[in-house]
Amino acid sequence: MPSVEILARIQFAFTIAFHYIYPPLSIGLGLCLVIMEGMYLRTGKKMYEDITRFWIRIFALIFGIGVATGIVMEFEFGTNWATYSRYVGDIFGSALAAEGIFAFALESGFLGVLLFGWNRVSKGVHFFATIMVALGSMFSALWIVVANSWQQTPAGYIIEGEGLEARAIITDFWAMVFNPSSVDRYIHVVIGAFLAGAFLVMSVAAWYILKRRFVTHAQAMFRVGLSVAVVAALLQLFSGHRSAEYVSEYQPAKLAAMEGHYDSLAVADMYLLGWVDAKSGKTTGIRVPGGLSFLTHGSFQAPVTGLNAFPKNEQPTAVNFVFQTYHIMIGIGMTLIALSLLAVFLLWRKKLFSQRWLMRIFVLAVLLPQIANQAGWYAAETGRQPWVVYGLLRTSDALSKDVKAHQVMFSLILFTLVYALLLVLFLYLLNKKIKHGPDITTNEEEQSDEYSKRNIGQLPVTHHS
Amino acid sequence: METILGLDLPTLWFLVIGGLITGYGVLDGFDLGAGSLHLFFNKEESRRKALNAIGPVWDGNEVWLVIAGGALFAGFPLVYGTILSTFYIPFMLFLVALIFRAISIEFRSKEPMAWWRKLWDISYMASSTLITLLLGLVLGNLIHGLPINAEHEFTGDLLTFFNPYALLISITTLSLFMLHGSIYLVMKTENRLYAKLTVLVNNCSKFFILCFILASMSTLIYIPHMTAVFKEYPLLFALPLLAVLTVLNIKRSIDSRRYFTAFVFSSIITSILLILFAIGLYPNIIISTLDPAYNISIYKAASSPKSLKIMLLIAAIGTPLVLSYTIFVFWTFRGKVKLNEMSY
Ligand code: HDD
Ligand code: HEM
Ligand code: HEM
Repeated sequence: MPSVEILARIQFAFTIAFHYIYPPLSIGLGLCLVIMEGMYLRTGKKMYEDITRFWIRIFALIFGIGVATGIVMEFEFGTNWATYSRYVGDIFGSALAAEGIFAFALESGFLGVLLFGWNRVSKGVHFFATIMVALGSMFSALWIVVANSWQQTPAGYIIEGEGLEARAIITDFWAMVFNPSSVDRYIHVVIGAFLAGAFLVMSVAAWYILKRRFVTHAQAMFRVGLSVAVVAALLQLFSGHRSAEYVSEYQPAKLAAMEGHYDSLAVADMYLLGWVDAKSGKTTGIRVPGGLSFLTHGSFQAPVTGLNAFPKNEQPTAVNFVFQTYHIMIGIGMTLIALSLLAVFLLWRKKLFSQRWLMRIFVLAVLLPQIANQAGWYAAETGRQPWVVYGLLRTSDALSKDVKAHQVMFSLILFTLVYALLLVLFLYLLNKKIKHGPDITTNEEEQSDEYSKRNIGQLPVTHHS
Repeated sequence: METILGLDLPTLWFLVIGGLITGYGVLDGFDLGAGSLHLFFNKEESRRKALNAIGPVWDGNEVWLVIAGGALFAGFPLVYGTILSTFYIPFMLFLVALIFRAISIEFRSKEPMAWWRKLWDISYMASSTLITLLLGLVLGNLIHGLPINAEHEFTGDLLTFFNPYALLISITTLSLFMLHGSIYLVMKTENRLYAKLTVLVNNCSKFFILCFILASMSTLIYIPHMTAVFKEYPLLFALPLLAVLTVLNIKRSIDSRRYFTAFVFSSIITSILLILFAIGLYPNIIISTLDPAYNISIYKAASSPKSLKIMLLIAAIGTPLVLSYTIFVFWTFRGKVKLNEMSY
């Protein structure tokens, strides 16, 4: 049987990666819901109420699985990584506690109102609940990312004790919260989440447009999604650039792995595509010569610290993997920018919704932000190895000492089965809800967009129940 | 050591975490209890009503568990790590059961087929019951004590957890939540289902009282460290007395069909039992059966004073917020359950 360390790492990677399918969708959809419901309150058009209700139902499904898989994460720190928990409890615990109190309680509390409250509270209160749920999900990302960023770039602490008794003690709360990478990473993560939500909305809308169902509604959804996507995709480029900058400053070994750069005396290139041969320390591919040197030092000629500068036991272990995941993320980032700009251009020329080929691409494009989000985390977390807390605690020392391999194996198999079932059910129900579509409460479907625009305010705004 | 209101920081955190666990017990307790009773309702409509009675609140209630877990991690990382890795398999099952409860509630009503609904009904009842039993089992073992060595490592195996005392506590927890849940449901329903529930509540209360007596006696006889503190501070005997009075009051309110009062009392008994348990353990959280020197006390396990203070501040700001929207949500969904198109 593989060692406890390998099993526990696989289990962590598997459960967090599965969890991370849902939070970005919750966060991104939360924003889209606020926009849709806001449009409804402003214009009074029933159409916006219909699409808000439709997306709330999908939101609930996603949120539900996000919660169920998130609780596993919270307790997994204690079950599999007891030494780590003791080590970072002083610091990490406060972020997790704050997350529970400020974020989860907010989102879960108001979710009930969002789902079941349509006929119980006024429109204004309902909108307020929608905003609270959206904010709650963004807050929860804040705390968890702060905690994770502390692991990447520790700050505001001292180490107390020796050997196995050693632990990090907080000395400066704000320095801990605003550690060198937390702000940039938070922005990067949340924008990534906006992209995931926006592309889901556009994917479903594009599918309706292709099927010629709910066309007016679908176009409205698409516009909401696109408005979020185009801003987010452009911002993500800048945010990603900032991320690369702080990685170069605080985690040079990770940056070197991301670009497959070994020789510290050499100019560093930037690759569009490539392959790292870790044995020989050679990287081949399509590159911008001196690109990485320019990024880190502002000059195409400057040498950049390479992997060889680090002792073997402090180098990331899976260099090619870090390289590939990092480049997948960037490639997708560029693709998303191109796609959303193209769509905005065509929308402006009033030709967007008749481009069936583009609609087909958008149906599938929902996968791109998902892949980029996952790849980004894989690059960031695997690039951090062999450290669990960068420079302080090794992953191999972070385990629970009294947990046996067969126990971890048991739970790994258990979670694999349960999560497989969960995924199947999720996709099945998502598909069903999408096929069902929004419940249309007005006859706007037959009306053209122009017609309903002229009638703003005159449409019946009766509440159905 | 630094003190606030005459209490040192670890003690304050012990109270905060105790409060959170109590909050979880009182709130999610009725959801879990309602789940354990689910298959007693035969009609489709009754089952839907029972589900929708907890529909808007169960998710918010579960958050108390999340917060309690976070607070334990934050306040006593050593205990968090030790408890979770000790109860490795039970906790994994607990997590899976939580997942199944969540998806059963979510998915049950999404398809009309009878077999589909039946399947999720069974899964809902089984997972709610398993969650409760496992919580009780952990609680029972913590009261009983565990073979923990000097390195805070667990030296037993899975069978260690299944001692008779822990099993009894596990069943008692189940009976408590079933009572609590049945009272909640009877408050939220009307007509036929209400009539059925009035009978069920009665049976649940008998079951609970039986368990309560057995559990109290065995604690007195077999768990000397739980009773030691009462001998030292006889005033504390007021609490078990209060517990007995509360139980009698539950019975009385049920008999006279004042279910809201009964619900208040079943919430109180949940709290008192947890408080008794906390008093018995204090200042330890984990009792070692190998050697009292290996006990993990709150002082040994606490985070740094600075961290504890920061988090107290967070808790002081956060708790009123959480309470206010908990109340808001319960207020919004007050009254009897009515089914509509957004219902489960
Ligand atoms: C970028 C955001 C993000 C990241 C990196 C994580 N999560 Fe998550 N988590 C969320 C964003 C989120 C969320 C958006 O707030 C969720 C997902 C869907 C939902 O309903 O809430 C959530 C749910 C969720 C829950 C259930 C909360 C509830 O009951 O409402 C827990 C306990 C956790 N998460 C814990 C974790 C842990 C321990 C993580 C790290 C290992 C983690 N999450 C990574
Ligand atoms: C949702 C976002 C996250 C994703 C997708 C993610 C991804 C991963 C992956 C893929 C690994 C395995 C790395 C390897 O074995 O090479 C890992 C490990 C780990 N990550 Fe993250 N991570 C996320 C968030 C976090 C957060 C927020 C924390 C804690 C604050 C965290 C802490 C850890 C720990 C403790 C390990 C185990 C030790 C290790 O193998 O490095 N992760 N994560
Ligand atoms: C457009 C170009 C992009 C660049 C230059 C870029 C750059 C980076 C860098 C350098 C990291 C590593 C940070 C670290 O290790 O601490 C990172 C992480 C990450 N990226 Fe990107 N990124 C880009 C696009 C995207 C897109 C489009 C998404 C998602 C839709 C995304 C999602 C993520 C996530 C989730 C992480 C892990 C969390 C983190 O460490 O911040 N990125 N990115």
